[in-house]
Amino acid sequence: MAYNKRLDGRKFDETRKMTAKVGVIPNADGSAMFSFGDTVAYAAVYGPKQLHPQHMQNPEKGLLRCNYSMLSFSVSDRIRPGPNKRSTEISKVSEWALNPSVLINEFPNTVVDVHISIPQADASTRCAGINAAALALAHAGIPMSDMIASVSIGKMDTQLVVDVNKAEEDYEEGEGATDMAMSFMNKSGKLTHIQLDGKISAKELAEAIKLGRQTCKKIYEVQKKALKEIREEKN
Amino acid sequence: MMQEKETKKEEREIVIPGETIVSGEDYLPGEGTRREKEEIIAERYGLVEQSGKLVKVIPLSGVFIPRRGNVIIGQVIDISFNGWMTDINAPYSSFLPLMEVPRFIDKNNISEFMDIGDFFSAKIFSIKQKGIDLTFDGKGLGKLEDGMIVFINPNKVPRVIGKEGSMIKLIKDETNCKITVGQNGLVWIKGEKVEDELFAKKAIMFVTEKSFVNGLTEKVQKFLQEEKEK
Repeated sequence: MAYNKRLDGRKFDETRKMTAKVGVIPNADGSAMFSFGDTVAYAAVYGPKQLHPQHMQNPEKGLLRCNYSMLSFSVSDRIRPGPNKRSTEISKVSEWALNPSVLINEFPNTVVDVHISIPQADASTRCAGINAAALALAHAGIPMSDMIASVSIGKMDTQLVVDVNKAEEDYEEGEGATDMAMSFMNKSGKLTHIQLDGKISAKELAEAIKLGRQTCKKIYEVQKKALKEIREEKN
Repeated sequence: MMQEKETKKEEREIVIPGETIVSGEDYLPGEGTRREKEEIIAERYGLVEQSGKLVKVIPLSGVFIPRRGNVIIGQVIDISFNGWMTDINAPYSSFLPLMEVPRFIDKNNISEFMDIGDFFSAKIFSIKQKGIDLTFDGKGLGKLEDGMIVFINPNKVPRVIGKEGSMIKLIKDETNCKITVGQNGLVWIKGEKVEDELFAKKAIMFVTEKSFVNGLTEKVQKFLQEEKEK
């Protein structure tokens, strides 16, 4: 049976309900929350601050350091807290996704720490994490050349879908499920990060990237709204 | 309050990184912006300010980035043989040499003048690869005795000081306190009574919370009068 209707009734190019909020962690220099439906990510940014250990300091540029972690109660089977192979990889990938837009080279010998926590997971956590991190970086007043938005594009059998959830990730009929996480710069439309889990043809890949770019524009609008809302609260 | 906002001259707009502020050849990109073909694009999150042709972004958040000549308030965190290691709330380490103190100090007993945990006001003398050097060279700089330290967002410091110091002068006069505002966001308040100091603190907090509002000086004046009558 072909995948002609999504499991949760969404349109093929529709994301789950997105919410974004900045300034959720008062102690951090910048913070944000971003969610795709039941996937929730919190990001806190600290810095620029002095980098330790000292041998990592670079007198020519600043360093961006991400730390992704899924909290132990984020999925139905408790996961052991602390770093593991998967979270280490996602930390690194988030760092690479954000780095092209962050302009921290005017602060040599310093580090900007981004802590991403996932209190509730329903697939696409790295995308929600990157979205929250980009918001938090902007909120922390870090110079950035562009905003970054991230989305996962899935291929269920032969049908491309936007923003995969856990049920879709486990889809097994036909060609099975393929999951791609990708991040884009908004203004230039440049791709900063792409990952592929599954099989896809070159033609479908090009289509998926196009779809991802379109969706990221929508995500950008949500991010923009969240950042601009702040003033009303303070007045 | 909403109505008042609309009738007053246009509110300054908030921009986010990568957003086009204005387009046209007539504008010049200032701090926090860049030019990309025709457009001036924001590189930081903050408020837009246009002065003539120059367009710049005033940041709303972010840590204190030290500049030469800034007056700051710091705290001693360590003592070495020729001076004090200090914390000035900046991403770099800072040092205050012993030579800066205008009176004689026994080299074997530096802590006699300033001990770990003491606060002082100083000026940034130089920013080098290895760190920041501070100096006491300037009016009213030195160790801070008694009083109260208040921490505010360093980006709100210009608002607390006001145009040519108008705001801070108003608060000083109304509360009878001595106030030093460090560019790094630390504020030192010293009054005759603790009540005066707390009153000044309240006024400063009022300014930082309402920093978006136009005509803030008058509002603060009103606030101070109301509080006094209580």
